[in-house]
Amino acid sequence: MPVKVQDFKTAVHNNWCPGCGDFGILNSVQMALAEMNLEPHQVAVFSGIGCSGKTPHYINAYGVHTLHGRVLPFAIGGKLANPELTVVAVGGDGDGMGIGGGHFVNAGRRNVDMTYILHNNGVYGLTKGQASPTLKLGVQTKSLPMPNINEGINPLFLSLAAGYTFIARGYAYDIKHLVGLIKQAINHRGASFVEVLQPCPTYNDINTKDWYGGEDRKDATGRAAPRVYKVDEKSYNPDIKPGMSAEEVNGKLANFVSKAMEWGDRIPIGIFMKNETTSSYDERILERIPFYMQVPPAKRLIADEANRSSADLTPLFNELKVR
Amino acid sequence: MSQRTNSLAWLLGGAQYSGVESSVTLFARACAAGGLHIYSQREYYSNIMGEHSYFQVRVDEKPIHSIRSTADLIVSADAETVFIHGRNVNPNGGIIYDSKLVDTPISKVPMMEHQAREEILHYLKSKGLGETVGDMIKDAEKRGVRLYPIPYDELLQKMASGQMIQLAQGRRIANAMAVAASLAVLNYDIKKLEEALTEIFQGKKKIIDLNMKAVEITYDYVRKTFKNDFLVQLVPIATKETRLYVGGNQAVALGKIAAGCTVQTYYPISPATDESTYLEAHGVFPHTREAQDVSGAEKGSILVIQTEDEIAAITMATGATLTGARAATSTSGPGFSLMVEALGWAGINEVPVVVQLYQRGSPSTGLPTRHEQGDLRFVLHAGHGEFPRIVLASGDLEECFYDAMRIFNYAERYQTPAIHLLDKALASSSQTLAPFRSEMVKIDRGALLGEREVMAKSSNGGFKRFEYTDSGVSERTGLGTKGGIFWNTGDEHDEYGHIIEDPTVRVQMMEKRAKKLELAAKEIPLSEKMNIFGDPKAETVILSWGSTKGAILDAMEVLKAEGVNVCFVQVRLIQPLPSEELRQAVINAKRRLCIENNFSGQFAGWVREHTGLTMDHLIVKYNGRPMSMDEIVNAVKQSVKGKAPKRIVLTDGE
Repeated sequence: MPVKVQDFKTAVHNNWCPGCGDFGILNSVQMALAEMNLEPHQVAVFSGIGCSGKTPHYINAYGVHTLHGRVLPFAIGGKLANPELTVVAVGGDGDGMGIGGGHFVNAGRRNVDMTYILHNNGVYGLTKGQASPTLKLGVQTKSLPMPNINEGINPLFLSLAAGYTFIARGYAYDIKHLVGLIKQAINHRGASFVEVLQPCPTYNDINTKDWYGGEDRKDATGRAAPRVYKVDEKSYNPDIKPGMSAEEVNGKLANFVSKAMEWGDRIPIGIFMKNETTSSYDERILERIPFYMQVPPAKRLIADEANRSSADLTPLFNELKVR
Repeated sequence: MSQRTNSLAWLLGGAQYSGVESSVTLFARACAAGGLHIYSQREYYSNIMGEHSYFQVRVDEKPIHSIRSTADLIVSADAETVFIHGRNVNPNGGIIYDSKLVDTPISKVPMMEHQAREEILHYLKSKGLGETVGDMIKDAEKRGVRLYPIPYDELLQKMASGQMIQLAQGRRIANAMAVAASLAVLNYDIKKLEEALTEIFQGKKKIIDLNMKAVEITYDYVRKTFKNDFLVQLVPIATKETRLYVGGNQAVALGKIAAGCTVQTYYPISPATDESTYLEAHGVFPHTREAQDVSGAEKGSILVIQTEDEIAAITMATGATLTGARAATSTSGPGFSLMVEALGWAGINEVPVVVQLYQRGSPSTGLPTRHEQGDLRFVLHAGHGEFPRIVLASGDLEECFYDAMRIFNYAERYQTPAIHLLDKALASSSQTLAPFRSEMVKIDRGALLGEREVMAKSSNGGFKRFEYTDSGVSERTGLGTKGGIFWNTGDEHDEYGHIIEDPTVRVQMMEKRAKKLELAAKEIPLSEKMNIFGDPKAETVILSWGSTKGAILDAMEVLKAEGVNVCFVQVRLIQPLPSEELRQAVINAKRRLCIENNFSGQFAGWVREHTGLTMDHLIVKYNGRPMSMDEIVNAVKQSVKGKAPKRIVLTDGE
């Protein structure tokens, strides 16, 4: 029986604000998982703290709502102990780029086969709208008494520097496009990062749905000129593949940088990079533990039928033997 | 002067990274090869190269468990060792030193801390002596200490005659020479040293030959030059026992492998790191025949992950534990400080994650490579709010192994984070022991369900991960199990794991979690909670926990020989504390002493809180050094005589 989107829904009452971008992301994740024909128990959704942190409770799959900033190490622990799991981590921009910044960087370095979705709305919603690490310098959203005194992080740049091997950006109100990104991110073997631009209808009165949609700049016929646009797959190829020359790779990186720099009048969404030349963490583990995939940590029988330890310590004792 | 046989406190010191450790291993192995028991304790600076490092090694016919305040024989690889330890040689003991160092003044000892330098200068001046190694040695000689100057350079040259010896090689050979000199003074069989060298340099014939030559030349030199009448003689004894020479970090690591810990995360920190590096180096090991029959897997493994910080270490281990794997992290006080928030998450989500905590001198960075038992109160209360946790403290290397196995059983059976409390003294001690027997501890996974059991449970409605039960323990399963979907959250939650703020549910969940600790207190056998040594009816009872055990046990033998009868209650299960059993064990004693390596007597306070019992004397130490047997003998004697203050502060150690 094919898996339906409904299979990934729970009866838990959703308490996000009406119009919140989180709904678009939640629906996209559920649709992507269903379209991939995954069964709910094969999936574990991890989250950080904040509005987006509640996401797992609305998804009928294993759901782990963790600590502020710590979603990635929790998720990595789950994935490495049971590599059969499909692991999706979600978190806000404050969670991932602020308190969790160190984990974000180091997760890229490891290239564990999982997906991290960053809910980026520029504000700390649940604590009533303070500036998040991605809010641009000088911007004054609704509840800020003064304009933002810090420059905003560019999550795409940071993910590139950290070593994520799949980097994409979506928009919370373009669900069809976002579903496609999430599916590709999950299918990618390695650490995939999807930044999702998401209005906060309650606290971010600058980067609103209307702003992203260009409702403030209608042409003579009354048609809005949206700021968000999809990167053209013909003119921008994100693939870094084995056998490419250093020159080719450098060219790709330069394209990435100029594309990721765009903001304001034109904001690109789509896949920015897909690097197939870096080994994933599980491949690296296999070099140490050749049977890791057949007998991963979660599946190892650690005792025999009499509940005695499975480990035969004789060779270790022999190393320490003095007589 | 009367000689004794096979009872020795030997000390070797030198600059860090100069091969002090390899000399000690060689010495220990040579002694162990002759059927003798070894206990060694390492002291070192937070430094890569050059600072003073030393080992005290005790050799005996029977197992020993502690250091002494003074040494019988000191071997110095450098001038600093003579200055630092020169006054701590027993009268009639000996000093082996490099004869070319005698004219070295203390001002030319580069790394010595200025307090130590000034204090030693003051001492030498008060004795009317100069400022050189020779002066320090003269002072020792006056106290009856035998001197063994060895011209290492000349001996090396004699040996080299014709062949080039590279500097690094020469330094390594010098280590073997220092050991050879010791064994000559101790009149021990040089063949045992040869056996040890062969073991250490397995298959490397050239290196073995080179070392053996240096060893023979040195041994002969000492035998020809000095009288063979040293205080202690070592004689091999016949035994058929198989023995390991194991360090504390290794004992814990072996216990974790035996326990079936399959994921270990860590962030480097003294004195915990060696456990993780040992595990990483031994990450793949065979399964027993019986286990192979069940699983079909010939080998097992432990995945070791070095994380970006301690927060990632505990959260990653927690994530791994959620899959049903046994996972742990290993750290010291500063690292544990960072783990505290995540400990609370594991507490409210009833995750059986295990933390090995090696205490060191604190607070803050404190004394990074020195000893203390200062984190007891911290681990008991770590985290905001109230949640149960198990705290188990090991007292010696055998307990390190078996407790490392048991702590996973406790964690899983009671579904709560569990802290295995260790310390620097355990981490840096090594001992000869019979091989551990993992079959002594049966693996108990508690209410962990597999797929078939979960499917049966959840067929009508979902799986209630946090189902209310009489015991407080709910059934659990691993992430990815069909039919077992559950949710975790740091928020208060309902039986499925969804966020809830309902006051009734809150009360039920708080009580459910708390009940598990009562269950643990009821179920865990007394033999795993505490040990009672000596005469249970003795007038004097010593209460202690952790690594003080060895020094107390050794002290008890001396005290007994001197007619002082003592009962020693060593508590291992700190939380839940076996309050009633503890009360019964100490209530009738005339005199209660609590011994611990911290400032405030944290355990004494914990006992008072749970039993209402107060201590007559608190014997504490917080100079960053473990307790010696002698200190405890003296402190107990003082209190028995009724002449001791309520608080006795021990200060031995260099």
